[in-house]
Amino acid sequence: MIGRWDGFGMAALVFSLLALLLPLASGETTLAWADRSTSLIIVLGFAIVGGLVAWRGVRGLISALAILFLVYLATLMTMQLLDNGVAGSSSWGFWSFILALWALTWRGIASVAAYQTLNKNHQRLVAFFVPACFGFWLLFLWEMVCQGFGVPGVLLPPPSAIFIKLIASLDILWADFVQTFMKAVISGFAMGCASGFIIAILVDRVPFLKRGLLPLGNLVSALPIVGVAPIMVMWFGFDWQSKAAVVVIMTFFPMLVNTVTGLSAAGALELELMRSYGAGYWQTLFKLRLPAAMPFVFNALKINSTLALIGAIVAEFFGTPIVGMGFRISTEVGRMNVDMVWAEIFIAALAGSAFYGVMALMERTVTFWHPSYRTKN
Amino acid sequence: MTTEAVALGKGNRSLMASAMAGQAGPVTLVLLAVIAIWYAGAVYMNAPWEIDRFEKHKIDWSAGDLVRATMMQTRPILPAPHQVLMEMNNTIFQKKITSKRSLIYHSWVTLSSTLLGFAIGGILGILLAVGIVHNRTLEKSLMPWVISSQTIPILAIAPMIIVVLGAIGLKGLVPKAIISTYLCFFPITIGMVKGLRSPGVLEMDLMRTFNASRWQTFWMLRWPSSVPFLFTSLKVAIAISLVGAIVGELPTGAQAGLGARLLAGSYYGQTIQIWSALVTAAILAGLLVFLIGVIERVVLKKMGARQ
Repeated sequence: MIGRWDGFGMAALVFSLLALLLPLASGETTLAWADRSTSLIIVLGFAIVGGLVAWRGVRGLISALAILFLVYLATLMTMQLLDNGVAGSSSWGFWSFILALWALTWRGIASVAAYQTLNKNHQRLVAFFVPACFGFWLLFLWEMVCQGFGVPGVLLPPPSAIFIKLIASLDILWADFVQTFMKAVISGFAMGCASGFIIAILVDRVPFLKRGLLPLGNLVSALPIVGVAPIMVMWFGFDWQSKAAVVVIMTFFPMLVNTVTGLSAAGALELELMRSYGAGYWQTLFKLRLPAAMPFVFNALKINSTLALIGAIVAEFFGTPIVGMGFRISTEVGRMNVDMVWAEIFIAALAGSAFYGVMALMERTVTFWHPSYRTKN
Repeated sequence: MTTEAVALGKGNRSLMASAMAGQAGPVTLVLLAVIAIWYAGAVYMNAPWEIDRFEKHKIDWSAGDLVRATMMQTRPILPAPHQVLMEMNNTIFQKKITSKRSLIYHSWVTLSSTLLGFAIGGILGILLAVGIVHNRTLEKSLMPWVISSQTIPILAIAPMIIVVLGAIGLKGLVPKAIISTYLCFFPITIGMVKGLRSPGVLEMDLMRTFNASRWQTFWMLRWPSSVPFLFTSLKVAIAISLVGAIVGELPTGAQAGLGARLLAGSYYGQTIQIWSALVTAAILAGLLVFLIGVIERVVLKKMGARQ
């Protein structure tokens, strides 16, 4: 019979009961769960729900969502507990409850993930909800570990501190964003991709160059190109132009290689059809070969969107005016303002994902005909 | 310089008819063209400074003098290829390996953290992929994060990892290896998830008719069919692992390693030093990828794959 019992529910039950027996916080002030009546009720409720889950299992989406909602309430409670004297002096009882929380969260997420439906909107919602829950849980755990153990902010600031710093220094972050992203990344990305694209079309006309350049282009993608950053800083000065130059070099080769590959993607049948229409080189290029190459071009654009930001930030480590994301990261690290560094990294991550997202969206509109976007039924 | 390049070009062109068919001929010619352009660039970029110097010292100069002078500067804007080669010869073969001026020493520093990070990242990546393939919840919750983490400029975190780990006493090899680990485990995870899923319905059904356990299916079907995918992603991973190690050397203030050579060179305007470090890094990257390719060929052959 035991084998049928839900392990995660059991864990939630055992750990929340264990939590009630152990002290909440130790050190200067010893706290027990009994000192906080609301928390006591929630933990008891948790034990009951854990027991129910262990006994009956989780059936259906509604009960899974209810469990996750209960977990959410419990996380709010533990946050409050941290503010009320647990921070820095957490003890076994507290962590035992966190373990119980983890067990029920996992059970809830797993049940939602296992939910199968034919409704497309629901599918999309689940595909978003599950990783979002997981991310929220990771953030929560990060906050708990930082505050519960009293990890010094110089080592790893909790997410809440990073968020406060982010809001407080929006103007600095915006200036850095404009300097690094709007000036260096965008201009370098545009120039690098455009030149790679045009050179690719030229190379494609000369089979000799194609055979000579492609292996070299592939080789270059394995080289540590960021290393040219100090040279570019020397050539183009400290301002954004040198960063844009690094970005141009980094984005050029992926674009070149991908476009050249893409230009030979058009099938022999289609090419012969074009010939039977009496289409010239340019007509074939614009009406058939370039559209057929678009999936490859967008692949390069997506790779480049990440490379461009990395190139610009790393190039700033080699010398910049007193503004820019890479500059801010390296100087604030030196001054041990780690929360500011994390805020900057958050902005960089946001910008990188948004840039990538825009490219993916454009890809969807341009290459809507590609089999990978056909809706599955 | 131009005469030299043209002569080389002509010499090759006569051979070209036979070499055109393969890849080696075109690649060599393009390489030669790159070197020619490099020489031309060196003359063009270093010339203004030399002309200034000639005028200042009121020396009569011809074009030949100018070209010769642009290739002998100690701090050129763009060093000529032979200057870089001479510097590399000087720092690789003429110095003792233990010397702080030996590029072998610096390469070894970078290489050791690259390989350590690569090993840890490889194991982590494979384990994560195995988890994702076998656990639906893990797949649904973790996979979107693994993919979106690719869009984040991870290298930006490098200085913080170095300094923060340095503050708690972890210095030298390990922090750099952590950056390499972090960079290289994502491509391995993604490649391995693809690879472990590559067995078709037919093969999986066959395993089921054999009443194979999960472990047996993994060990006899999934794992062997994922090996080609593994090597493809290992090649990508080792290249960015090297990039991670080089960038990881920047924030420590130029102590040792190829990244440190780059930084020191840029502090003191030693362009030849920067270029030789850069070329060494490129050679190192090429060698590492080549090595993985060789291992790939041997392993696939032993597994009986058709080439």
